[in-house]
Amino acid sequence: MSKIIVPAFVLARRSFISQAMLSATAIALLAGNEALAASNDGDKQNGAGEQLAATSDVEILNTALGAEQEAIAAYQVGAESGLLKKPVRDLAVTFQGHHKAHADLLAKTVKKLGGTPSEAKTVAQYHFPTDKLKTGTDVLRFAATLEKGAVSAYLGAIPLFANRDLAKAAGSILGDEAMHWAVLRQALGEAPVPDAFVS
Amino acid sequence: MAAMGLPAGDAARGEHIYDRCLACHAIDRDRTGPRHAKLFGRRAGSVPGFPYSAAMKRAGEAGLVWNDQTLDKFVENPTGFIPGTRMGYAGVKDPQERADLLAYLKQATQ
Repeated sequence: MSKIIVPAFVLARRSFISQAMLSATAIALLAGNEALAASNDGDKQNGAGEQLAATSDVEILNTALGAEQEAIAAYQVGAESGLLKKPVRDLAVTFQGHHKAHADLLAKTVKKLGGTPSEAKTVAQYHFPTDKLKTGTDVLRFAATLEKGAVSAYLGAIPLFANRDLAKAAGSILGDEAMHWAVLRQALGEAPVPDAFVS
Repeated sequence: MAAMGLPAGDAARGEHIYDRCLACHAIDRDRTGPRHAKLFGRRAGSVPGFPYSAAMKRAGEAGLVWNDQTLDKFVENPTGFIPGTRMGYAGVKDPQERADLLAYLKQATQ
């Protein structure tokens, strides 16, 4: 385990700053010590940050739930826009159903873990850029952007889960949303699977 | 121009990397994550009305301001930099990708 040498001027502020539960890297940056911050890269590897106050599985799930709830609302806007024709509209409704299933599972899991599931907002509260959705292509591109972002979000969340079963469930959702993204790209006339890896 | 210790970023490449953020963030509206408009120079946890985690609010109260250095560290490992943040994302590990992302954000969030 790497030893972190903390200068006196940082220690002088520590009693206050430690209340903020920052990592050693953050504390060093606040103190204006970039060299120390750089030397604290071990923080991220050895879990020192997590010892302070880890971002819990419940919080990660709730963040994912919030994104799923927004996706459900976004597909509702798309389905009701009148810009999508059959069979594309049916596809959007099917994908919305998948997001509802993801949200249901996430909410149940948050409850099971003792947390409180995040509440869905009204469609108006999401402030979707509806002024930019003039054609069916605009709607599909908007949906594809959300799906691609969702794939990245789950990919970024999976390594953080303390519970491997939750990581597996997130991987399952990631796979579904990657398929949505590919199908939407295909519908837009783009290469459905543009790369060997997602990021 | 690159900030001290960081590689030079390319905003065009960074715009594509920003796609990874689009499940939760937007430049001009709050979503699951807060808006990125006026990000540089902003105190952490300070977008009015956004329901931040207690950890992010306390970081801002302790003096954390978003700039090249703090964003680089946060984006590299959000939950390591601010334990308790709701940004449950492992981070962008590649320094060049982070520099590109920050170059884009600097341009897009002014």
